[in-house]
Amino acid sequence: MIAFEEERRVTSTSLENAELVLPTSRDEAVHAFGDGSGVAVLGGGTILMPELSYGRLRPKRVLLLQDAGLSGVARNGGSLTIGAMTTVAELEQGPEPLGTAARNVADHEIRAQATLGGNLCAPAGGATPRGDLQAALIALGAQVKTAGKDGERTEPIEDFLAAPDRRLVLEVEIEEPQRAGYAAAHRPHAHAYTIVAVCAAETSAGLRVGLTGAGPSGVRAHSVEDALAAGASTQEAAQKALDDAQLQDDALASAWYRQRLLPVLVRRALDDLEGGT
Amino acid sequence: MRLTVNGEPRDLHSPPLTSLLTALREELEITSPKAGCHQGGCGACTVLVDGEARRSCLLPLAAVDGAAITTLEGLGTSDNLSSVQAAFDEHYAAQCGFCTSGFIMAATALIDRTPKASREDILTALSGHVCRCTGYIKIVSAVEAAAKGDVHPERVEPSFEPEEAEVLIPGSPA
Repeated sequence: MIAFEEERRVTSTSLENAELVLPTSRDEAVHAFGDGSGVAVLGGGTILMPELSYGRLRPKRVLLLQDAGLSGVARNGGSLTIGAMTTVAELEQGPEPLGTAARNVADHEIRAQATLGGNLCAPAGGATPRGDLQAALIALGAQVKTAGKDGERTEPIEDFLAAPDRRLVLEVEIEEPQRAGYAAAHRPHAHAYTIVAVCAAETSAGLRVGLTGAGPSGVRAHSVEDALAAGASTQEAAQKALDDAQLQDDALASAWYRQRLLPVLVRRALDDLEGGT
Repeated sequence: MRLTVNGEPRDLHSPPLTSLLTALREELEITSPKAGCHQGGCGACTVLVDGEARRSCLLPLAAVDGAAITTLEGLGTSDNLSSVQAAFDEHYAAQCGFCTSGFIMAATALIDRTPKASREDILTALSGHVCRCTGYIKIVSAVEAAAKGDVHPERVEPSFEPEEAEVLIPGSPA
């Protein structure tokens, strides 16, 4: 009993020391984030809360974004601007392959709480890669608007995912695709990250292919895109995905398994694309 | 911070980043939401936040300030069970009971938003909830019955009052 009281006291004291900031506008959020040093951003909380509850993260400041006016989807002609705090549940009816990718994230309760921004910023977990929406956003040629050191900037999602510096995601812009394809190995009715998923989409910028479960974050399969552009068959192009992937063993699957799965799923996603939507 | 918990206004003094689960259990001593994994993976802590099912372990108190929270304690009483509770009793959908309150809260929210929920709807809605005893069949059947209104609270047995047990010692005179 004494040990329990001691543990609880330590937890509470540590959480009390964090300064909580609740911005009520986009500008306030950007200002409060500053250059991002020492700040933990809490969007939906599905990734951050376990870190706080288990004491793995003890931030000096926590930025709670729920009232910052960063949620919602705005349509402008053929493109969509999606606020960082838009929930995964709200994306379920979004353009393909984003809609299907969103429907495959966790379960109803988590999707209603988890946000687009959190999914983009999800660090690779201890046991599995996270950020299941990243591949769909890569396929759709998403542009990510962020704030941080040196002010605001907009960049392709691949650049955002590659840059290690801390940024506050404000919104994501995507184009409605002419055609989209999706193929995944996941366990239905199970609450787990996707083992491998492949998203393909054709927009005015051409055909892009994004991979989930083929690296620490979403991966763009340039080699597949190049092979298709050079006239390769779907089967041949799909095999090229292995050139872009950084396959790892984790809690969901072995690299060996993913190596065999990935080309099959790329071919299926491309076939799905050929079938039209 | 102030919440309405099971219809009653309650002031909370836990730090604002405390999870709703910890605040409910340790400050308000409402113990039906269970602390299974503290990371959103098991569903044992699910409560209703403004009528919608949410993992209470993933919500900081600051995010639910002013909200109406419903836990299992706010659904029914032992004399007047909610339809989902009565269906769980009738279908033997609880074994050790640890996951039960989370399942009942998720099922209650499902039937509220989808009154004629199909078996597939039920499987999908309960997919994030883990039960290590029953194998799920009885749970899904109970929720299916509740969704169809096929519930018979009159069949629920009154609470069991154990009498003093008769102790029989082998070899002793009868």
